[in-house]
Formats: sequence, structure tokens, C-alpha cells
Amino acid sequence: MGSNPSYPRTKRQIYEARQRRRANLIGGLSTAAVLMAIVLLVPLAPGWAAVKRVFFNGEVFAKTFPGLLNAFLLDIAIFLWCAPLIAVLGLALAIARDLRTPALTPLRLAAVGFIDVFRGLPVILVIYLIGFGIPGLGLPRPWNSPYLWGSLALILVYAAYVAEVIRSGIESVHDSQRNAALSLGLSGSDVMRFVVLPQAIRRVVPANMNLFIALQKDVALLSFIGPVEIFRQAGVYKSLYANFTPYLGAALIFLAITIPATRYADHLMNRQRKARS
Amino acid sequence: MTLVLENVQKAFGDVPVLRGIDLTIVPGQMICLIGASGSGKSTLLRCMNLLEPIDDGRILLDGVEISEPGHDPQPVRQRIGMVFQSYNLFPHMTAVENVMLAPRRVHGQSRAALRPRVEPLFARFGLADRMEHYPDQLSGGQQQRVAIIRALAMRPEIMLFDEITSALDPELVGEVLDVLRHLRGEGMTMVLATHEMGFARELADTVCFLDQGRILEAGPPSQIFETPQEARTRAFLSRVL
Ligand SMILES: Nc1ncnc2c1ncn2[C@@H]1O[C@H](COP(=O)(O)OP(=O)(O)OP(=O)(O)O)[C@@H](O)[C@H]1O
Ligand SMILES: [Mg+2]
Repeated sequence: MGSNPSYPRTKRQIYEARQRRRANLIGGLSTAAVLMAIVLLVPLAPGWAAVKRVFFNGEVFAKTFPGLLNAFLLDIAIFLWCAPLIAVLGLALAIARDLRTPALTPLRLAAVGFIDVFRGLPVILVIYLIGFGIPGLGLPRPWNSPYLWGSLALILVYAAYVAEVIRSGIESVHDSQRNAALSLGLSGSDVMRFVVLPQAIRRVVPANMNLFIALQKDVALLSFIGPVEIFRQAGVYKSLYANFTPYLGAALIFLAITIPATRYADHLMNRQRKARS
Repeated sequence: MTLVLENVQKAFGDVPVLRGIDLTIVPGQMICLIGASGSGKSTLLRCMNLLEPIDDGRILLDGVEISEPGHDPQPVRQRIGMVFQSYNLFPHMTAVENVMLAPRRVHGQSRAALRPRVEPLFARFGLADRMEHYPDQLSGGQQQRVAIIRALAMRPEIMLFDEITSALDPELVGEVLDVLRHLRGEGMTMVLATHEMGFARELADTVCFLDQGRILEAGPPSQIFETPQEARTRAFLSRVL
């Protein structure tokens, strides 16, 4: 602790630095060997020429990539209007789930039922049921929009997940915090609002970030009920050019968002783990 | 303000923890609870603050039976402050926010109105320059002093202290005991569970020796520490002194 690890001083630090260099060297060499094998061997496969033309077509990639990026803006828009609603509904569900007042039992039971149902169903099924079902009632514009009902499906499902994550955070706040707050004469709801929830929510930020990363990916599922977001746009290009490269482009765009976000969530989680130990 | 306990009984499951406690606390009095680990000191204090419901017996605050099932605990707790062994400061708030939370919410006072009232408390206990610090930036002794200020900010009529120096490094115990001496000097009514026998002997009006959920022996410190009547009291004291 304290001293700079790149300037080893103690015997132990010198030893560990040497071990680290060795590990890095071995890791680098073996990775290079595997990559080389792939680059040299895969093109020798009999179907490679066809695969390359259909999946790794530079020309098609260049032509379709701007259109894909444009379509991805819709994914982002859907994400941006769903995320805050999910956060609010998830928090409300988590609080309702923990209500102890007997008069509010119906609310608690409703929250439990809601969470059980929407955590128990595949997302795509909820999107179909709500996204086709409700507009199928023959509602007038704009109430028949697949954007509206598809987004609602995502909101309901993800709010159920967020509620469970927040609840685990609430349970992780030690009883001594509640007792200390109660002993000051605070009401039960003030204890929740000012003492328990702020700590609980901070603890589950990384877990919730992972959920929102999953949400960003699941926005693509809305393509099945209409909206021309990136996945659907890639499908359109595929038919147009008779080529799968647009899907590769879409994949790269998703990864450009999700990999940094996942790394950041991991980083937050590690930092919390260290702070608590 | 008078707090009276009559035949207070409390069990956790089948295990009786308090087996008929009688105790009267009058204004300005300082009572120390001593006894072996598990004798029921913490449970007794928690029952007084209604953090634990009692099974039988009565607790009366100025003649009102506050232990009655269904009695609203909130106003009672506003009059009875409590400080815990493990400080239990709220980690997401600065020291001064910890102190102002309850007066703000319970009495509806604004931060601006409260600050001039709580600043002298911090100053009095040597924490004037620590008000804006978070709990994890404070030493154990400082945290415990903030916890005491937090309880005092509600202007309680009686303070309960549960082994508030037990979690502290030995060199930090003194600064917290000094705070208690100070409060004693101001005539605060206090009940302390403590392992600091020297401190109990110095300041207590009454020392109660708890043994297996009963007050086996109670009296002024001179009597309990010098001429204990019960064999179990003598055995306990010979172990800790
Ligand atoms: N919430 C609980 N559930 C079950 N048993 C409990 C609970 N709290 C306390 N007890 C038991 O009650 C008994 C008395 O505990 P208490 O904490 O009051 O003792 P104490 O005198 O404060 O001890 P110490 O000096 O170790 O703090 C112990 O046997 C303990 O295990
Ligand atoms: Mg105890």
C-alpha cells in the first residue's frame, strides 16, 4: 500500500513485479499464437470465400453502416424514454413490496403479483401480448402505436427486475441503521426515505446498470412488432443486398455501447466491494 | 420526567431475557447497569426506548403506560434519546446532517434555523471543525460524539447509553467519557449500560447489577463496589475489577 508498484522497493515487490512480467509475457505469446492460427487457418476452410462475401463484405458494410447508425438513434430514444419510467416504477414497486401497514396489504399483494408475473415471462412474449394485443383492440391513433405499447412492455418487465434489485438493497441495510433512526423519533416512512433508501439505492447502482445494459439490447426486440430500429433496419438491408454484413454492423454498434458500459459497471462494483471490506 | 419500570419481562422465543425488572428513574439521576455479557443490559435499554416490545409488566413515562401494545412509540422516542455501541451514524450524510435530520423532520425546523442551535453542540464537544465530515472520515471517538450530539439535538429528557465506549480503541475512550461527565454536570438524566467500572463508581447515583435478566442488587456505587451483598455480584466484580 502507498508505494508505487512500478518502482518495486522491497524484496517482495521485486519478486511480484518479476512474476507479473512473466505472466504478461506468457499471456501475450499464447494469445498471439491463437490469433495467428485463426487468421492463417480459417481462410483455408472450403467455405471461407462464400462466408467472407456474405458476412464480411466491406462494400456492403460501408454502404449500410450510416443507415444503421441512424436507425440506432431510435433504439437510443426508446431506451431514453423507458429508463426513467422503469426507475420510478421499479422504486415504487420495491417500496410497495415492503409495506407493513395492514391497510395497504392490497397494494403489497399487487406489487408481489406484478413482480412475479413480469419476472416470470420471456420479454418477447410480453412484447407480443401487449404490443399486438392492445392495438388489436382497434384503438384510434395515436393509441395504436407499436412504439407506445412495445415500450410499455419493456417498462413493465424491467421495472419488475429493478424492483427486486432495489429490494435486495433495502434488505442489505443493517437493522442497526433503522433502530438508530427510530430511536430519534423519526416516523417509519421517514426512516425509509432518508435513511434506508438512500443507502440501498447506492449499493445497487452497479446491479441496476447491468439491467439497463440488458434493456438497451432488448430494445431490439421491439422490431418484431413494427418499429424500424437498428435490428429491423439491418434486416431490410440484408434483403436489399442479399448479404448478412449489415447484421455484423449492427452487432458492432451494440458492442460499442454495451462493452464500455459493462466495464464501467464492473468497475463500480469492484470499488464498492473494496470500500466495504 | 419520571420513568418507572414494573415487573418488566421479555423473552426471545423460549429464552427469557428479562425476568421481572423493577426500576425507577427520576430527573437528574444517573443509573449504571452492570453485569455479565448476556445478562440483558442492552435488551433492557431497548425496551425502555420501545425498540423491543415487552411481554409483560409495565413501563410508565410520567404515569402514562407507554409499553401498552398499540401505544404510539414515536413521541416517546422523541423524549428518550439513545446512543449505541456501534455509533450507527448514517454513512451517507455529513455529521451535521446526521444531527439535523430528526429535528428537521420531526419538528419541521429548517436547516437555517437549526444550524445556530447545533453549532454550539459541536463546539462544546470539540467537533467544530468536523461538522461537514462524513462518518467514514471520523475516528471512532469522534463518530460516537457525533452520535451523542445527534441524540441531544432532539432535546431528550432522558438519555440511554448502551456500552458506548466498548467499540473504541482504549485511547479514545476518555474523550467520550468526558462528554458523559459534561452531561452529568448539566443534570441530564441518564441510564448507562457499561463495562467501565471506574466510571460507574465515579459518577453513578445508583448502580444496578443485572444477572440473568434480574436486577440482583442495586445501590449507590460505594455499596455495590465495596460491600456487595450477593455472592454473584462479588464473583462478577472480582472478574472485572
Ligand atoms: N434479537 C434477539 N433475538 C434473540 N435473542 C436475543 C436477541 N437480542 C438479544 N438476545 C439474547 O438475549 C440475551 C441478553 O442479551 P443482551 O444483548 O441484552 O445482553 P447484554 O447484557 O447487553 O450483553 P453484552 O454485555 O454482551 O452487550 C442474550 O442471551 C442474547 O443472546
Ligand atoms: Mg449489550
